[in-house]
Amino acid sequence: MPRPRPTADPAVITLEVNGERCAVAFAPHKTLLEVLREDLDLTGTKHGCELGECGTCTVLLDDAPVLSCLVLGLACDGRRVRTVEGMAEGARLHPLQETFADLGAAQCGYCTPGFLLTAQALLDANPRPTRDEIKAALAGNLCRCTGYLKIYEAVELAAARLRGEDAEPARETLYGRR
Amino acid sequence: MDGGKRAGGRPGGSAVGDHAPAHPPTRPTVGGEGLRVVGAPLRKVDAVAKVTGRTRFADDLALPRMLWCKLLRSPHAHARVRRVETSRAEELDGVAAVLTGAALPMPFGILPVSQDEHALAPDRVRFIGDAVAAVAAATEEIATAALELIEVEYEPLPVIADPEAAIAPTDTPLHDYGDAGNLHKLIHLQFGDVDAGFAAAEHVREDLYFYEGNTHLAMEQHAALADWSPDGKLTLWSSTQTPHYVHRALAKVLELPPSRIRVIATPNGGGFGGKSDPFNHEIVVAKLAMVTGRPVKIALTREEVFYCHRGRHPTLMWVKSGVTADGRLTALHFRTLLDGGGYGSYGVASTYYTGALQTVTYRVDRYRFEGARAFTNKAPCGPKRGHGTPQPRFALEVQLDKIAEDLGVDPAELRLRHLVPPASVTANWLRIGSMGLGRCIQQVVTASGWATRHARRRPGWGLGLACSSYISGAGLPIYWNDMPHSGVQLKLDRGGGVTVFCGSTDIGQGSDSILATIVAEVLGVAVADIAVVTADTDLTPVDLGSYSSRVTLMSGNAALQAAERAREILTTVVAAKLAVPAARLVCAAGRLFDAENPELGLAFADAVQLAEAKMGTVGTVGSYTPPRSPGRYRGAGVGPSPAYSYSAAVAEVEVDPETGIVVVPKIWIAHDVGQCINPVTVVGQVEGSVYMGLGEALMEEMAYRPARRLLHRIPSMLEYKSPTTLEMCDVETYLIEDPDPSGPFGAKEVGQGPLLPVPPAVANAVYAAVGVRIDEVPITPDKVLKALRQQARGGPGRTGPERFPDIPWPEPTVVPTPWEGGDGRAAGGADRSAGQRTAVGSVTPERQH
Repeated sequence: MPRPRPTADPAVITLEVNGERCAVAFAPHKTLLEVLREDLDLTGTKHGCELGECGTCTVLLDDAPVLSCLVLGLACDGRRVRTVEGMAEGARLHPLQETFADLGAAQCGYCTPGFLLTAQALLDANPRPTRDEIKAALAGNLCRCTGYLKIYEAVELAAARLRGEDAEPARETLYGRR
Repeated sequence: MDGGKRAGGRPGGSAVGDHAPAHPPTRPTVGGEGLRVVGAPLRKVDAVAKVTGRTRFADDLALPRMLWCKLLRSPHAHARVRRVETSRAEELDGVAAVLTGAALPMPFGILPVSQDEHALAPDRVRFIGDAVAAVAAATEEIATAALELIEVEYEPLPVIADPEAAIAPTDTPLHDYGDAGNLHKLIHLQFGDVDAGFAAAEHVREDLYFYEGNTHLAMEQHAALADWSPDGKLTLWSSTQTPHYVHRALAKVLELPPSRIRVIATPNGGGFGGKSDPFNHEIVVAKLAMVTGRPVKIALTREEVFYCHRGRHPTLMWVKSGVTADGRLTALHFRTLLDGGGYGSYGVASTYYTGALQTVTYRVDRYRFEGARAFTNKAPCGPKRGHGTPQPRFALEVQLDKIAEDLGVDPAELRLRHLVPPASVTANWLRIGSMGLGRCIQQVVTASGWATRHARRRPGWGLGLACSSYISGAGLPIYWNDMPHSGVQLKLDRGGGVTVFCGSTDIGQGSDSILATIVAEVLGVAVADIAVVTADTDLTPVDLGSYSSRVTLMSGNAALQAAERAREILTTVVAAKLAVPAARLVCAAGRLFDAENPELGLAFADAVQLAEAKMGTVGTVGSYTPPRSPGRYRGAGVGPSPAYSYSAAVAEVEVDPETGIVVVPKIWIAHDVGQCINPVTVVGQVEGSVYMGLGEALMEEMAYRPARRLLHRIPSMLEYKSPTTLEMCDVETYLIEDPDPSGPFGAKEVGQGPLLPVPPAVANAVYAAVGVRIDEVPITPDKVLKALRQQARGGPGRTGPERFPDIPWPEPTVVPTPWEGGDGRAAGGADRSAGQRTAVGSVTPERQH
């Protein structure tokens, strides 16, 4: 049978997005992913499956990484959301953004916002993660370009810099082995 | 609409001043002597846009009054479309238009010889997912609801489930063209007296191999947005790797002059070949925009992307090799049978590629290739990273491993003994330029400790080695023409900025950055002073597209030529002004100065102003056409390339004999890239290729349910297994720089070749670990266990195909080899008729440049 055109009244919630409080009205069935992209014009958050399978749409909800395609917008009333657009402080990139850019951790860049935010949550909780801890934290994010290795190195370098260390990339990271 | 193509610069550095190496003092001295930005690990020009969410992918675009499009897809693998009733859908509130196949009767397809697709199937659907109708509505939800109101009357037809079923003669083939019934393409090429070659062999092996189909799984789902202006101009933004071919397809199907159509390729969120065809959804949104007068957008779901597919052809292979006692291939005979799915796509080229590059790694004295592609009722196969060559490379490299064991020769040594020499021509008339495979093998052998560890294997642990080669762009275009394959325009601004215009498409491989780097190198300005405008058919000269690993070499050479012409203009006027010979002027550090008196010079911006004052607006063009291939026979159009890259890999595996689970802790890989334009991106391409090869080796498969009329088994990212961080291996990447005279600064490809050695290296390592041969990929635990159990019962310990079906091969095209006195033509002159076309629609090379 034909489904009627959705006619439910829009939902209105108030939330804090990237440090700014805002009110947003949207069709109540929408996910946080859709609200961010379609109603708040924050298209930096990407989607790869809309089924919670790829991690591409990861954002921070009250500082914890969530798959925004599996969270209803209605569930975010009064909560804090951080997207890739809010990672930089003013014009200064977050150390993870710097190292992802420098080490080639972003190739096509489509999965990058999800990786950045997942990695930020990891480093907020664990300033000195081992390689295995990084792999475990990022295991829910798929990347088809990099083979993940440059991402690990970017997270490790950013972690060192966030700890205040004067860290530089390894020579073979930048030049390969010869 | 891209936010950040001007953001180049050195890592962590200022926006200007990337003349010096970015990370002193680690610049290696290998290759790139005298170069300033070529070879330096600079940040990509779009890197900041990508880490800040500013890059605008196709689905990030929206226009006022935009409608949403959804496609109604067939639930039948094969059926006649009796009737499509759309009136109820049209009446739904919010629906602006509904289209069926009758609205778009013109067929299209990527190859001129395979114009077998329709934007909406007019009378017949050929796989589950084939589109039959389209809706444009105010919201995606309404469009989806409207699909349910469209009534389609299907008459199910017999289903061709696999290539064997396609071989049988039929009165009702899936298509009304093809070489024999449902056999889309049949190829038979013979280079030299192959029988004599086998007679001269001291050892002959015959083996069967199977390479399962798999898909690109780019993270970005395809999306497109069309806008029709009342002045009769159409604009399409699309996540495509080939805006030029989309431009041509739109003009054909919509019956519009190309001059009224603008195609803009948005930055691709990964392509890997999956966005190289013109797609039905691109044509449909364009038509809907024309019909409704409003912008129309479509964003495919992940499930729909599985139906678009165009991925790796499942390929059955029979290989017969004859070797001397020291392992030289006196003769090679290859048969391939490709499962093409429901449409042609690039399939004719794919089929040729399963036979083309066997000869470019080790010397093959005589060679016979028989290839067939079958139409079946599945999602169409096409080009995926390595296009048609990972399958035969898997077969060849595993068979060489077996031959090495048969002969008692180390597998690395066997390969090193018989390398194709540089600057030579192969049995099938491919011209080799630089050839660094020997160095690649030696590098991975040394790094992995192969010599001691390979022989001293322990149960459940093993090392395997394999090699490969790939093209740096195809020698011929997809449609016959004698124009360049790549063009670049440069605009020099009074302020010192330089804008590069090129039709090439950045799909994440970094091609925009390659253009900027090459121009910056030649003109001596900072990469940050270069703006890059790409992939826009209104603004940029044609580049054929981001496929066949062609962009660095071809658009790079075009950029090099344009930049050298600009440098000549500037040095001419500056030389006159400063009264020094133009040849003594150096462009570096943002200045043009006298090499003998560096104080004497002009700032780059001043030089541009001087040129503009004397000569008017300063701009140049550059273009690139590949050199003519020596092969002159019918079918010689697939395989030639200006340069071939080489790779060697050693894989380390651990196999659990209880579960059959294969774990790959580490892969050592060396890649001959000619010259790095940017080593960070080169290493990234190598690692990404290893990753994708590992997925194909161990888990990735595009599988269907034959019992359920070819329903796709796994159209989701959860069920389509791809490596996560937990499966990805450690990789040690070695770069071999042996500049090739054909490449810009000597550069060759890197985006595809390093995938190729990984599956056979893993298979060979599995044999080293547990003594069983898995002659097909993916190497899943069930296949390992099956072979182990067979071995335990005294069997051969092998999992793989058991037979190759009988195929009605045509008579061979016989081509004498170079060392038999051949001239590149077929014997008997069958290939000489004027205007005769090769399989991919290009004429025989008599008419090439």
